[in-house]
Amino acid sequence: MTPENAVLLCIVVPFASALLVVVAGALPDLRETMTLISAGILFYLVAGIYPVVAAGGNPTVTPIEMLPGLGVTFTVEPLGMLFAGIASFLWFVTSIYSIGYMRGHHEQNQTRFYAYFAIAIGSAVGVAFSGNLLTLFIFYETLTLSTFPLVAHHGSEEAKRAGRVYLGLLLGTSIAFLLFAIIWTWVIAESLDFVAGGLLAGKIHGPMVGVLLALYAFGIGKAALMPFHRWLPAAMVAPTPVSALLHAVAVVKAGVFAVVKVVVYVFGVDSLAREASAGWLLYVAAFTIVVASVIALRSDNLKQRLAYSTVSQLSYVVIAVAILAPISVIGATLHIAAHAFAKITLFFAAGSILVASHKTLVSELDGIGRRMPWTMGAFFIGALSMVGLPPTAGFVSKWYILQGAFQADQMAAVAVIVLSTLLNAGYFLPIVYAAFFREERRSKPARKRSKTGVNDGAHPPLIEHGEAPPTVVASVVLTAAATVVFFLYPDIALGLARQVAGVSP
Amino acid sequence: MTAAQIPALQVVVALLAAPVCLILRRPRVAWLIALVATWASLVMALILLFSVLKVGPISYLLGDWEAPWGIEYRIDMVSAFLLVIVTTIGSLVIPYAQASVEAEVPAARVYLFYCMYLLNLAGLLGIVITGDVFNLFVFLEISSLSSYVLISLGKDRRALIAAYRYLVMGTIGATFYVIGVGLTYMMTGSLNMVDLATLMPAVIDTRTIHVALAFLTVGLSLKLALFPLHVWLPNAYTYAPSAVSAFIAATGTKVAVYALLRIVFTVFGEVDVLSFPGVQEVLLTLAAAAMIGASATAIYQENVKRVLAYSSLAQIGYMVVGIGMESATGLAGSIVHLFNHALMKGGLFMVLGCVFLRLGSVEIADMHGLAKRMPLTMAAFVAGGLSLIGVPLSVGFISKWYLVQGALEKGWWAAVAVILASSILAIVYIWRIVEVAYFRPRPEGAPAVSEAPASLLVPTWMMIGACYYFGIDATRTLDVAVGAAETLLGGLR
Repeated sequence: MTPENAVLLCIVVPFASALLVVVAGALPDLRETMTLISAGILFYLVAGIYPVVAAGGNPTVTPIEMLPGLGVTFTVEPLGMLFAGIASFLWFVTSIYSIGYMRGHHEQNQTRFYAYFAIAIGSAVGVAFSGNLLTLFIFYETLTLSTFPLVAHHGSEEAKRAGRVYLGLLLGTSIAFLLFAIIWTWVIAESLDFVAGGLLAGKIHGPMVGVLLALYAFGIGKAALMPFHRWLPAAMVAPTPVSALLHAVAVVKAGVFAVVKVVVYVFGVDSLAREASAGWLLYVAAFTIVVASVIALRSDNLKQRLAYSTVSQLSYVVIAVAILAPISVIGATLHIAAHAFAKITLFFAAGSILVASHKTLVSELDGIGRRMPWTMGAFFIGALSMVGLPPTAGFVSKWYILQGAFQADQMAAVAVIVLSTLLNAGYFLPIVYAAFFREERRSKPARKRSKTGVNDGAHPPLIEHGEAPPTVVASVVLTAAATVVFFLYPDIALGLARQVAGVSP
Repeated sequence: MTAAQIPALQVVVALLAAPVCLILRRPRVAWLIALVATWASLVMALILLFSVLKVGPISYLLGDWEAPWGIEYRIDMVSAFLLVIVTTIGSLVIPYAQASVEAEVPAARVYLFYCMYLLNLAGLLGIVITGDVFNLFVFLEISSLSSYVLISLGKDRRALIAAYRYLVMGTIGATFYVIGVGLTYMMTGSLNMVDLATLMPAVIDTRTIHVALAFLTVGLSLKLALFPLHVWLPNAYTYAPSAVSAFIAATGTKVAVYALLRIVFTVFGEVDVLSFPGVQEVLLTLAAAAMIGASATAIYQENVKRVLAYSSLAQIGYMVVGIGMESATGLAGSIVHLFNHALMKGGLFMVLGCVFLRLGSVEIADMHGLAKRMPLTMAAFVAGGLSLIGVPLSVGFISKWYLVQGALEKGWWAAVAVILASSILAIVYIWRIVEVAYFRPRPEGAPAVSEAPASLLVPTWMMIGACYYFGIDATRTLDVAVGAAETLLGGLR
């Protein structure tokens, strides 16, 4: 099979799998086998493209011409390769996890869940492989639309409200700003291709660069730059596997991925570095990092804390590209991968706790480490990676981001990263400490109806419980292991990241 | 021999089929006649479009009278495209109409529906095909009078008042138009559009022609419901039978926009009226007011047909903005939007016909939890609504892309902001309905409803499907639209 056909198949497989899931809807076992097989095929296909890309090839295919002179084009370049690799691998793991979770938690409408899940993955792969801004925009929007039913899965009043925020912010910013920016780019450059060194390099100067960059940065609402971050915590009403894959990997990573792509391939790192009007992005990202960390520190709901941690971590990627040094671009690329593994581990752990004990609040977790050693052990590894300590993935990416900040002499960025490291430690490590070293509280604490835990009240916390179902535990351990493996063997990701940054290995 | 007569047959087939329906009176037979006539019209329109694409404009002299004296039918890229739009919608609504009309129009008057429908179609096709400004008035009246009857066929008695109001406003519009034609004739002695274009530069500086232009544009703006001359439209669309709403919403205002294009770019093409001081500003201000005002009003409507009616007003704003740009991109955006909007609005009104058939109402309050009962119908609504918002892969996205691009090429930032803001308002008014249908439980004691029959669903989904077919591959429609825009702008050079 030629790499071009493989690229097309990568897009087709998830969508076809959605169809199969619907057809097999009445037979849960068959339906979930379909999902697993499709995820396996997708990962196999993506892995098959890797050697071509690593050797410097860029398989390109244009199946449809949409507007005169402008087609739906797929091109695999190193950054997209990395993103697609992560998304397809974690789809497989999440499918295993979902089976345990959705059954263990007796969720409704599971067929719809698996179908839209597959469409969302297909859209994420489409974003990853997009060869021009039009294709990126198309799949960006299908990703928003296909995840809406997942976010609003429970259909409750609360889910509806969250869905409204989710759709309103993501669709609104993308139409008002991102589409505007893309058509503007088309008018200036008469092309929307991603070009090494920057499509707009030399074609736009002065304050307009800052304005266009703002349209892109805020238009890509999925990157959750403040003040357009509210959709992310709102989306936490979704079932945990959705939060895990979509809001730690596919959706948010599609956002920062698009930001990196725009900065590297549309503006060009070097030409942006020469424009004074582009400097603001660093400060907005810095602001988001710190403020989101502070909010995370103050939230008692575990999923909400993770959500704000995600908001803050996404801005790590943004700040890394905003530093505008090649080394920091490597850091940004690596952080997309590193954060994906660590955050999905944390979400899996949160879901595992929910399924096993029906607990959703941080203050309820005293002593839970002794009942759920595997889950909380994995949680510990994920937390370490968030803080950025070895031996985890987060250390690798943070190393490069800091190195880039020093190289570009951006002391503000250095200060923010150090401060946020402390804050991260402040809101993750106490959970681990309490889970392993505090005595379990027998009387249950007074429970407030929290904003994001839908199942509060429906299931009172269990007093006696053990680990979550085996598939759930297995996937938590698997992603935690991946977080460590990424630290020990970062070669593949590092090689791709160097290609993105244009730095020879 | 027949092939050469197609321009005449394009109008005549529908025109003659109408009285046949009236004579035979049997609903089934009338339906069959209408079906054959509309599909024949579609085939002829396609033949005309392809021959225009191949050999350029076609001129047909009625009764072989030479052009400036006799009536000329003139088909260029613009009119050929409009013929295809009108006949496509016309032939998709007819299969749908059978079940829908049976349910919404008293049985004794069903034949009247088909008769008037064909007359309306003939009128619209005549407006598009003719190259004569007075002949255009005649067809304008044929289509208007028949549409008043169509609207008043609804069982809801408010339809009568809506039709009456439309009649008053429409008559004023037609009168204004004919006054404008009269003044032009007085000054130039000609009614032929091409002929007028050559005579116009000599008389353009007279006050009479200025007044004529004012009467022509105001008259047509009434017919195309440009803000603030739109008051007849919401009620007319809301209380008409669903099939009528679908057909008129998709074609009526589009053809009026076409007539305006003809006046501005062909009759007054040599003198470039858009560059007169103030003209562009007025057009753009009115269009912006329509886009924002009507979209915002749509949010507060309780009747879904009325939501769509206000949305139509906003969409007319899009088309007028594109005209105001006076550039190939902007004009192509307008023209392609004529087609695109016809598809999505036609499709959405057909969805509401399905809902009305089962529910007997299209009030938002009655649609709670409807998606569980009518999943295919409501899925079509979501798909059509997304196209109205302008989500990529849908036709709405294509129109928006061209209009925004046109505005950016001109450096009109405010126009870009207005176009995009109007799309965002569309998210609100569409999603309000989607939320009610999908997230609210069906109230206790609500009548049990089932999915709409295939006879309605199939044409509806064909229309909605076309929204995505021409959204994914827009090269064909855009080639024609860009060609049409260049034809129109060619008059300026």
